[in-house]
Amino acid sequence: MGSLKIENVKKAFGPVEVLKGINLEVTDGEFVVFVGPSGCGKSTLLRVIAGLEDSTSGRVVIDGEDVSATPPAKRGIAMVFQTYALYPHLTVKNNMGLGLKQAGTPTAEIERRIGIASSMLSLEPYLERRPAELSGGQRQRVAIGRAVVREPKLFLFDEPLSNLDAALRVNTRLEIAQLHRRLKATMIYVTHDQVEAMTLADKIVVLNAGRIEQIGGPMELYNSPANEFVAGFIGSPKMNFIDGARLGETAKTIGVRPEHLTVDPKSGSWKGTVVHAEHLGADTNLYLDCEKAGLITVRIFGVYDAEPGATLYATPDPAKTYRFGADGKVLK
Amino acid sequence: MSTATRSLPRTVGAHAILLTYTAIALFPVILVIMNSFKSRAGIFGAPLTPPTPKTFDLIGYTTVIGQGDFIHYFQNSLVVTVASLFFVLLFGAMAAFALSEYRFRGNSLMGLYLALGIMIPIRLGTVAILQLMVASGLVNTLTALILVYTAQGLPLAVFILSEFMKQVSDDLKNAGRIDGLSEYTIFFRLVLPLVRPSMATVAVFTMIPIWNDLWFPLILAPSEETKTVTLGAQLFLGQFVTNWNAILAALSLAIMPVLILYVIFSRQLIRGITSGAVK
Repeated sequence: MGSLKIENVKKAFGPVEVLKGINLEVTDGEFVVFVGPSGCGKSTLLRVIAGLEDSTSGRVVIDGEDVSATPPAKRGIAMVFQTYALYPHLTVKNNMGLGLKQAGTPTAEIERRIGIASSMLSLEPYLERRPAELSGGQRQRVAIGRAVVREPKLFLFDEPLSNLDAALRVNTRLEIAQLHRRLKATMIYVTHDQVEAMTLADKIVVLNAGRIEQIGGPMELYNSPANEFVAGFIGSPKMNFIDGARLGETAKTIGVRPEHLTVDPKSGSWKGTVVHAEHLGADTNLYLDCEKAGLITVRIFGVYDAEPGATLYATPDPAKTYRFGADGKVLK
Repeated sequence: MSTATRSLPRTVGAHAILLTYTAIALFPVILVIMNSFKSRAGIFGAPLTPPTPKTFDLIGYTTVIGQGDFIHYFQNSLVVTVASLFFVLLFGAMAAFALSEYRFRGNSLMGLYLALGIMIPIRLGTVAILQLMVASGLVNTLTALILVYTAQGLPLAVFILSEFMKQVSDDLKNAGRIDGLSEYTIFFRLVLPLVRPSMATVAVFTMIPIWNDLWFPLILAPSEETKTVTLGAQLFLGQFVTNWNAILAALSLAIMPVLILYVIFSRQLIRGITSGAVK
């Protein structure tokens, strides 16, 4: 139905190598999220899958068929863009139907599919409007609807929530998750936001500088990151990295997540002073300047009163402390 | 606007400067139109006064229209201007799209080459152009003028339009590609409507020099059949006697089409010039 295989895909723009040999397999019905810092090549990889960019070398296989030389329209894919990319001169209905019309689908069938998609995304009242008359959230729903009516083998999402405000982002995220459950389609989703990645994905692909750092489920990446980059990228606030030598450890770097540290005013492993405290209600982020460990972040659940300048002792949970070697990889 | 920038002397000063400039800019135009409605004695007796019942005379217009061929000259000018404009916009936009959308070897060099024409006046090549037209048998045809004007307008059109086309969202074009639209459909249906304001800007900047040109009609198409309005108006400029009534009337009439086209394009034009600066 919708499997994808990427074999050793490389992409270079002139002398700049953006993708340095990507190998990836996506099985039918999976929700895969590409995540990474900006410039890591995640959008380029998506564009290569869509056929909007040619790869310099390597193969893209959709459903067992090599599509490396197939134009985007014939690959059986649909894409949702960050900037919605709706056709400004067409109504919502025609925006959704254009792809099918180009492919020569009978009008009755187009109407039927638009009907299903618009009821799924509650777009019925807006079918005759133009994109300019819609709000940002509605526009993105139309863009998703345009993808749905094509009944593609593969859905591609290119940072679809980045242009929406925070509240709308949560709603639309929910809608995409429901859509995936309902359609059971294969979806590939690009984002730089690790919250989106964690909440939506069956499988996360962490990319950095044109290479895949790690592939795994959200909890797998959180609990057992393969290297320092993944450990730092997944989780918010970021994992604390402490120079091993300062702690008298053999490992190059020691990593502890802020939520795996406890604080006590009297005793503990690392003595430090509070630099700043962020009170979020549900939890409190403390920034401690420690004698041994340097500046670290501690996340405490619930409210914790700490004035800047106060002395606190932080203690890491030994079972949840990560040790990294000189090459950045986790030491077992 | 904040009150700090709206003191009375400032407002008065700004308006005074702008009004003075407007008066200076409009003065010659108004003078021409005003005098075109006056008798010969009226023009020379008091050139700066508006037509009074005593000096009012339509002799200029009756001469021009009575001359018979003037309608024909008008038609020639219109054909040449509209056809050149059409080709400049079409080819300019297509070249600009290719330059801004596709990555190919020598892209920026090609862009520079196409923009070279902005810096080199086409009139420098008049002799060569004339030889070319003679050789291809196009002298005294409107085709010759249309070809020359298209060439003259293209560099600026390509230059301006390619800048604007770079601003059209890539996502939109890619969405079209995924929906199976051809590159031509993407160009005509998605990109062109979005760069319409800049097309209007280019249209105005291209149109006015073509309409007003005397040089190429004089050299390439001076025959009675192919005369344009500006060339036709020369009829009344004699070595010894100049029919000022007729010239002023002809010029007043010649302003009209440009004015009308300008009004049509102006709303778009303002958007074209300010887009990017004010979002």
